[in-house]
Amino acid sequence: MTNAFLIIALGLGALIAAIAANYAHDLAYAVNAVTVMLILAGLVVWRIRLIGEPARPAKTGYEDGVVRAGVVATAFWGVVGMLVGVVIALQLVFPVLNFEWAQGMLNFGRLRPLHTSAVIFAFGGNALICTSFYILQRTTAARLWGGNLAWFVFWGYQVVILLAATGYLLGATQSKEYAEPEWYVDILLTVVWVAYLAVFLGTLVKRKEPHIYVANWFLLSFIVTVAMLHLVNNISIPVSIFGSKSVQLFAGVQDAMTQWWYGHNAVGFFLTAGFLGMMYYFVPKQANRPVYSYKLSIVHFWSLIFMYIWAGPHHLHYTALPDWASTLGMVFSVMLWMPSWGGMINGIMTLSGVWDKLRTDPIIRMMVASLAFYGMATFEGPMMSIKAVNSLSHYTDWTIGHVHSGALGWNGLITFAALYYLVPKLWNRNGLWSMRLVSWHFWLAMIGIVFYAASMWVTGIMEGLLWREVDSHGFLTHSFADTVAAKMPMYMVRALGGLLYLVGAMLMCYNLWKTVVSGEERATSRDLAMREAPASEAA
Amino acid sequence: MKRSRPARDSAPPEPEYTGHEWDGIREYNNPMPRWWLWTLYASIIWGIAYTIAYPAWPLLTRATQGVLDYSSRAELAKSIKEFEDRNSALDLALLETDLTAVHLDADLLDYALRGGAAVYRAHCSQCHGAGASGTVGYPNLLDDDWLWGGSLDDIYYTVAHGIRSDADEDTRFSQMPAYDGFLEPDQIDSVVHYVLALSGQEHNPELSESGAEIYAENCAVCHGETGLGNRDEGGPRLTDPIWLYGGSEDAIRETIRYSRFSVMPNWRGRLSESHIRQVAIYVHQLGGGE
Repeated sequence: MTNAFLIIALGLGALIAAIAANYAHDLAYAVNAVTVMLILAGLVVWRIRLIGEPARPAKTGYEDGVVRAGVVATAFWGVVGMLVGVVIALQLVFPVLNFEWAQGMLNFGRLRPLHTSAVIFAFGGNALICTSFYILQRTTAARLWGGNLAWFVFWGYQVVILLAATGYLLGATQSKEYAEPEWYVDILLTVVWVAYLAVFLGTLVKRKEPHIYVANWFLLSFIVTVAMLHLVNNISIPVSIFGSKSVQLFAGVQDAMTQWWYGHNAVGFFLTAGFLGMMYYFVPKQANRPVYSYKLSIVHFWSLIFMYIWAGPHHLHYTALPDWASTLGMVFSVMLWMPSWGGMINGIMTLSGVWDKLRTDPIIRMMVASLAFYGMATFEGPMMSIKAVNSLSHYTDWTIGHVHSGALGWNGLITFAALYYLVPKLWNRNGLWSMRLVSWHFWLAMIGIVFYAASMWVTGIMEGLLWREVDSHGFLTHSFADTVAAKMPMYMVRALGGLLYLVGAMLMCYNLWKTVVSGEERATSRDLAMREAPASEAA
Repeated sequence: MKRSRPARDSAPPEPEYTGHEWDGIREYNNPMPRWWLWTLYASIIWGIAYTIAYPAWPLLTRATQGVLDYSSRAELAKSIKEFEDRNSALDLALLETDLTAVHLDADLLDYALRGGAAVYRAHCSQCHGAGASGTVGYPNLLDDDWLWGGSLDDIYYTVAHGIRSDADEDTRFSQMPAYDGFLEPDQIDSVVHYVLALSGQEHNPELSESGAEIYAENCAVCHGETGLGNRDEGGPRLTDPIWLYGGSEDAIRETIRYSRFSVMPNWRGRLSESHIRQVAIYVHQLGGGE
């Protein structure tokens, strides 16, 4: 009976999507509507084929299927996002790569948001969702709450990515950094995110452990805050329900402030708090050591989430933003330095006693390098938020270098380490197919990051100095085009760094693939070490 | 609860555990590193002090202004005024000196050239190129071929009023007709070859001969009887190898059929009088000034 209702609802949805596609005002909307229609129609067919099948017994044990799917999606989107990054880095060196035949689709302006969204939300987001599902179950000793809701979160999130990505290429954008998707994608993401929160809270509530592990504090703060940021920054009114264009509720400096309150906390809660949650589980597990300090984790958690939310105005120094907001943004950013470093200290000190593993275990090496880059980026960030420094660094490639030393170093490496940890466990293998390849991946990534960050520091500081250089009369000494020309050699180095990093990620995918298809089954059956009532998996 | 750090000798005592355990993960009850805690406190104290010194806390109608009375706008205005004061004597001299006499005063010329170069970099290089060599549709400013005249006064007028600029009644204006439909395709072909001949390029003599008459009737009024151009009409000279939109057969045919209509903004009103004079002097000495 429920199935029948579901089939009718899905069918109606497909019909509405078809009508929307028919009346579409623009190509991006039409393509997105057709995509939704096909997905819903496919679901209808799938549900119809299920009619008459005997009801499957409810599964027990950990829900790891959705984690496995998330691992595959993370690796896939990682490679896609990094590949687009290498392409746009090369487009900046060789403008001819903005092909004439691909104007309005594959030129730099269209690909750049595709790159940022793909690496942050598709790669990083999938990594956070799948590792959080894994961590949550292990540290609560409970199966994910809500039955197939976790699968809805996974597939719903992939649909959001697909609609956003095709929308970007066809020109649907709100023109807000990291919040480019248009109103209907925002609404879908809101639904998916609420489901994610429900799964997380539901599982926490039925946990079998007396306390909530620190990783879950960070993950929950990430889910809740991202929901709030997403809702406020995307308040807009569609011009037509049959078109992608919408008008923002806020205007002028209010809009800019809302956008960077969102934008900075996308870094703070998505890329910092969420990934710290990941770090707090995988580092102690891989090192097989206790977390260094419980007290430190409490103090740095609360100070981090309290202070981060105020730091956004430092993106708008010396603009129409009033001085008082600028001051507060800067002050909170500087105070954020130690709360950020608390995570690094707790992560690195967890290794005390097993430092020799740095030599023998390339996964530990990746984790330590990741924490080191986290520490560097969270020192650099507060420094760049200081107005005097910002007057040099803002609008230059220094910002790009800063973001990438955090993204490639911290988020990338900790995710790779988590995937290397997870795949043998999830697919029940004795170990990874090749540790040598992990070592290769580590060094390719490290050299890639150094090339990338160093070249951007050089061009960033250089162009900042060239822009502000004046002669004794106060006249500008360089034209903008001169400063662009001066950066070209370093742009080559940056593209090379990105390429090395991409090759490393592709080696990882190969290694993980070989682990799954040719690794040996572990002797014991599934890792079902649930503390109470270890139930056998029925399937 | 132990406050001291674990000693760093060869066998450190095992720190206390909190007693919690999740999936095999336990936690030490180590104290927070002292340097970490003190740096956190110090940054908070610094933060409070900074917000007392500078505009910071929003109140009902306005924010606290800070005891240092700082404002980023005032800071910028101060910095601009500093240079303006330093340059004011030279600026006044530049406004009062005839453009053709500026070169007699070495200091004034130096000032005008530096200022002109800066104006050029900020406002002109986008179209005319950072090196002023122009590109298709945007004249090269390094040669001695001038569409509207290359004297200091001519250049000054062009910068001030622009070319075909809607926003200025005194703008320099001319418009070449589009001959597509007005002349037959074979007539256009013959004019194309006549223009090729004028500029000393390879051409079909038969066609160019028949083009001469059409040229005289339609083109000579602006481009001159012998193709030397007419600066009063902005009619380009056709006898040299310098072309604004290209001198190939195809490019010339395109120009004749569909015409061209490039626009330069009028800079009076956007740049100060002094800046316009500076950039005119700068462009004049780039190579082809008259």
